[in-house]
Amino acid sequence: MSQSQEERSIRCLVAKVGLDGHDRGAHVIARAFRDAGFEVIYSGLHKAPDEIVQAAVQEDVDVIGISILSGAHNTLVPKVIEGLKEYDAFEDTLILVGGVVPDEDKAHLKELGVAEVFGPGTSMEQTIEFVRENAPER
Amino acid sequence: MTLSTQELLDGILEGEHRALARAITKIENRQDGYRDIVSGLYEHTGDADVIGITGSPGAGKSTLVDKVAKAYRDRGLTVGIVAIDPSSPYTGGAVLGDRIRMASNVGDMDVFFRSMSARGSLGGLSTATADAVKALDAFGKDKVIIETVGAGQNEIDIVQAADTVVVLVPPGSGDNVQMLKAGILEIADVFAVNKADMDGADRTVQELEEMVHMDDGHVSVAAGHHGMGVDTEVDMPEKGNESEETIEPWETPVLETVATTGDGVDEFLDTLQAHADWLDDTGQIQAKRRQRTAEEIRTLLREDAGALVEGEIDEHGGVDALAERVLDGETDPYTIADEVLDPVAACLEREN
Repeated sequence: MSQSQEERSIRCLVAKVGLDGHDRGAHVIARAFRDAGFEVIYSGLHKAPDEIVQAAVQEDVDVIGISILSGAHNTLVPKVIEGLKEYDAFEDTLILVGGVVPDEDKAHLKELGVAEVFGPGTSMEQTIEFVRENAPER
Repeated sequence: MTLSTQELLDGILEGEHRALARAITKIENRQDGYRDIVSGLYEHTGDADVIGITGSPGAGKSTLVDKVAKAYRDRGLTVGIVAIDPSSPYTGGAVLGDRIRMASNVGDMDVFFRSMSARGSLGGLSTATADAVKALDAFGKDKVIIETVGAGQNEIDIVQAADTVVVLVPPGSGDNVQMLKAGILEIADVFAVNKADMDGADRTVQELEEMVHMDDGHVSVAAGHHGMGVDTEVDMPEKGNESEETIEPWETPVLETVATTGDGVDEFLDTLQAHADWLDDTGQIQAKRRQRTAEEIRTLLREDAGALVEGEIDEHGGVDALAERVLDGETDPYTIADEVLDPVAACLEREN
């Protein structure tokens, strides 16, 4: 007999990569996700792409939100994506980027597999709604 | 990409991190097939030493776990960690922040660290913790560490889940009346006064030692848990010498650690090993595991029976309708419980 009482919760990794010490935004997002009922794992500051991959794989998150304000997104995001592919974790993980990303870089990031790039002025509701709608079915 | 139960099982036994991670998610979500996974893992479990670490918020649990994991890795052992943080009573959401402290094990996939939300559980663990520990054990981890929610006086579920329970006590945790209280201080196999470089640490150590030694001579074997200390510094008098029932009691040691620097971690590991050896030598490990398994069976049956009863409630028009009848003065909760359960009880009687 198998009485299934499924209780799924959306798991998110809020990640800070590289030499970027600005984490107010990441904290605000973490808090907003928590209040939206998500389970949020916060990476802490100055993480290498490898560490983000390790965390994403072990924690089996549905969503990775990478916060980058340093301008290094074109270097760091591809490394995270490569790492996820190595562990077969790319296909069913929703990858978001938040921070300061010029428009001309957005298309490139999306081509790599980033689902959405949220710039300054994005509302919390918008981000949360996007996660709810796009979190992968597993 | 959805992996089948069998693929997950095979993956775990072959050492695939992704499969292990996904299986734990299924266990946490009580997703279809999770019971088959845990059943399938069962025969591969029992080799890992399960260490529980508990203590108040900010006591240094995560930081100590990080250093302990590193020290185990230096000794060539693999480590699995389950760290639980509280969930919001309002939204069910959670911020799981224990991972941030794992700075010493970055990039080392042989330390498998998993954060878990308590998901409303009040005992310091989540419902899924014990099963997640099984998954890590079956995966082949030598040591599995459970880090509880920051605990108050009464979050003691860890005692059911771990072979060895460590209670972290920060300096200045209250006077000796606090030490008299029941609850978390009773469940320790090892005390660690963390932040031992802070003022007041000596006094805390002293008070804990006094508490431990107060219990001299009381050895509760039948309780299945450790017997609280007997003073071995005066070389324990071997009461009832050579009688086979005599089990040399475990004296709960009081250690000092400074997790941020790693001071005292080696001694801490040696003490954990000593306790593991004691469990083996005295056969207490069997008693412990029997008790744990019995509790697991009970919990499962309670969950399943509960689900069956939910079905019966629906048959009777749902719990809201039943409550309405009580509020209307038609009947009372006890009568309703009898109405719902009598047919179930009748079925069981027929079978006998």
